[in-house]
Amino acid sequence: MPTIRALSILRANPFPRRYSGARMALSNLSLSQFRNHEASRIAAGARFNVIWGDNGAGKTNILEAISLLAPGRGMRRASIDQMARQQGPGGFAISASLAGEELKIGTGTNADAPSRRLVRVNGAAAAATSLADWLAVVWLTPAMDRLFLEGAGGRRRFFDRLVLALHPAHARHAARYEAAMRERNRLLGETRAVDPGWIDALEARMAEHGGAMAEARADTLEALEVQIDALADGPFAQPTLALERKGPAETDALAAALRSGRARDRAAGRALAGPHRDDLIVTMRQKGQPAALCSTGEQKAMLIAIILAHADLVAARRGSRLILLLDEIAAHLDPARRAALYEQLADRSGQVWMTGTDAALFEAVPTAGRADWSVSGGVVTPTG
Amino acid sequence: MTFLLQAVILLPKAQAMASQEIEDLATALARLPGLGPRSARRAVLYLLKKRETAFTPLVDAMERVRANLSTCDLCGNVDTQSPCGICTDPRRDPRSLCVVEEVSDLWALDRSRLFVGRYHVLGGRLSALDGIGPEDLGVASLVARVAAGGIDEVVLAMNATLEGQTTAHYLAERLEGYPVRLTQLAQGLPMGGELDYLDEGTLAQALRARKPMV
Ligand SMILES: [Zn+2]
Repeated sequence: MPTIRALSILRANPFPRRYSGARMALSNLSLSQFRNHEASRIAAGARFNVIWGDNGAGKTNILEAISLLAPGRGMRRASIDQMARQQGPGGFAISASLAGEELKIGTGTNADAPSRRLVRVNGAAAAATSLADWLAVVWLTPAMDRLFLEGAGGRRRFFDRLVLALHPAHARHAARYEAAMRERNRLLGETRAVDPGWIDALEARMAEHGGAMAEARADTLEALEVQIDALADGPFAQPTLALERKGPAETDALAAALRSGRARDRAAGRALAGPHRDDLIVTMRQKGQPAALCSTGEQKAMLIAIILAHADLVAARRGSRLILLLDEIAAHLDPARRAALYEQLADRSGQVWMTGTDAALFEAVPTAGRADWSVSGGVVTPTG
Repeated sequence: MTFLLQAVILLPKAQAMASQEIEDLATALARLPGLGPRSARRAVLYLLKKRETAFTPLVDAMERVRANLSTCDLCGNVDTQSPCGICTDPRRDPRSLCVVEEVSDLWALDRSRLFVGRYHVLGGRLSALDGIGPEDLGVASLVARVAAGGIDEVVLAMNATLEGQTTAHYLAERLEGYPVRLTQLAQGLPMGGELDYLDEGTLAQALRARKPMV
């Protein structure tokens, strides 16, 4: 339950003071009984955190742990009850301090309720969606190499992660929108007569939260385009972004569409209009070609360009930087692009976490503000 | 493995600390919200030591409440009389009605002492997934109270959860057409929060700044 004091700050200012700290970086990350980590402590104040080790050593688990310090299911979209260490007592805990702020956030589960995600902010229970008020975490993973080839869901989630960094309420709106939609789906599926006023009420909730989601997405898209334009010409292909909608964005129009679509949605067994079906359309600017038709390298480069532009946007809007999790990113880049990526990241002064199997892939990472860790069998050792 | 084995061997040998009756009391107390086995044992020890000054008065007070416990026929409050103390209080303004989800919400709001009207407890919130519909809640009795007249303002003080807000919206639609002013608590309640957890100052502020339902 969020405390009221924190909330009144939130209400007074959409960009709460607590978010705009001079430098947002995780320090003292700790993983207990999480995946293959029995008890890992990482004193991570550095800007560049390079984690290397063999496949299966537990590198990505560290990034996944950090991704759970944001709303949602984390980087792997795994079920929370699958995350506790298998030989452990059940339940897990992840916690981190934020450098330069008196703030400690944590998440995990208890053994007696392994599906229930618990979140704590400075020792007090909080809603998972409230994590967006404190931290913005964005990631690129090898699984996202197929982002442009697969369904809209992955692209929508990727984009929502970017939106959330600018609009912390986005997670709350999305969670409520989906909860209202599930309720409406259930009512439409009832065989007995349902009070239409009840469906009205749920559609009103969907329209309100859906309208807010659409607004946050549109704002992010527009601002991101400006930042992409401003990106220095580099080795990364420039993308053009667009949102494809299935239904109106504006609250009243969405409410009307939901109301008039009841019979159709009942037949389909789900809502066919609304922001839960938005898709992010990415085109390579230089060629005017849809991302799905570009080479794997070009697709990766466009994702990196989006991430870099987004980091600039977060810095400009909120005066603070976000946390970037780049899983196995170096492996798929040629040495020139790799060096360019490190250079661009260095210019942006956010906290970056990178993994790789080979320390040589990170040779070009600046040594200033860099910490290295090797992982083996879920045990983390600082190496420089 | 060794640990488990030891536990199995050691447990039957362990001496019971107290009689079964006392253990039963501690177990019953440990089930209360906010108490665990440890605080329950402490409470039991305290009661045993303070038999005259704590134990007996507590048992008497519990027995008196248990004997007279009733749900108010008018508002759904829980009290030792029906109609409840709030509904029969002549200083309360009968023209103002505050609708809440649960008795706990009523108590939380009433602690703020800022609302001088009466209450209506729904007994829950609309939830399709939990199978709770309007007919499972005190909706018909609310509409009947409003239809009977004599009420100027209905405050829809639902929790700021999705279900709470859906319920408020539903009730507003049901009460449309009656000559009452519909209001809701001011912004300031946490989304996803529940009234019962809020401190009294915040509740008072939310009540004072209540606004028309849109
Ligand atoms: Zn009463």
